[in-house]
Amino acid sequence: MEILYNPWPWYISGPMIAFIMFLLIMVGKNFGMSANLRTMCTLCGAGNNADFFKFDWKSQRWNLIVVVGAIIGGFIASNYLTNNDTVIINPDSMENLKSLGFESAGSAYLPTELFGNGVIMDVKVLLILAIGGLLVGFGARYAGGCTSGHAISGLSDLQLPSLIAVVGFFIGGLVMIHILFPIIF
Amino acid sequence: MRTIIYLFIGILFGITMYKSEAASWFRIYEMFNLDAFHMYGIIGSALILGILTVQSIKRFKIKSFFGEDISFCPKNKSIARYLIGGTIFGLGWALAGACPGPMFTLIGAGFLPMFVVILFALIGTYIYGLLRNKLPH
Repeated sequence: MEILYNPWPWYISGPMIAFIMFLLIMVGKNFGMSANLRTMCTLCGAGNNADFFKFDWKSQRWNLIVVVGAIIGGFIASNYLTNNDTVIINPDSMENLKSLGFESAGSAYLPTELFGNGVIMDVKVLLILAIGGLLVGFGARYAGGCTSGHAISGLSDLQLPSLIAVVGFFIGGLVMIHILFPIIF
Repeated sequence: MRTIIYLFIGILFGITMYKSEAASWFRIYEMFNLDAFHMYGIIGSALILGILTVQSIKRFKIKSFFGEDISFCPKNKSIARYLIGGTIFGLGWALAGACPGPMFTLIGAGFLPMFVVILFALIGTYIYGLLRNKLPH
């Protein structure tokens, strides 16, 4: 049981993700989480202002149920399958983060500086979370998919567009962490 | 019945995202800092098995659990939308430390500030919908 409670190594986690994609394909669906953001916009009435959101949301009902499952899964994993949720990362990364002001590196699951309880009063942190969310939502739809849709599903189907998108993901991520982080934090 | 199956798959996904630490902002930072194999191992092993799975399903024309044909729709050819859109996504992924699956898992794990990220991810999606016809695709 100990192995279940500890963080899962990559060679368990990766095959689990492939298995989840397999299950979705075998029930006639596909693995793509960011499509739900579009469906949720449609549910909020976005179809009145943009044709992009005019589609039968019920065709994506199954995916919304997967999202509900993903929330429940997070609850189960954090409450019942984890004794210590500290994420231990490479000491060099930890040092870098501490020098940027992330004192919680090495002692939390998410940085308390960004996701702690007090952040709702901190305008700078709220702005960071908001801009991060905006970029993820806009970028995922513009690219036609996110990590699940492109990096896993698309590449598994040997789709060149997905490879280009994944190259983009890494360009963006590298620029953010190596060039923009020292400016932002 | 199918609803239960989708829910079960989602729960499995959420548990995997949390326990693999792919939902941890720190792991995303470490990945882009090129400091550990962990995330590359996850994506790489998922991909190798994923390719074997998808190619087998295609080659042997395997039917779904419900006996239906399985189809894969090829993505539209383009470079601009994938490269620009992908780069914008990557900037956000590294900043917020969460992609569209783990965002929801982290709500379940009790990280309520993630609601701000989700709200703005929805606004970002909405802005894309409004600007779609003006963007290079």
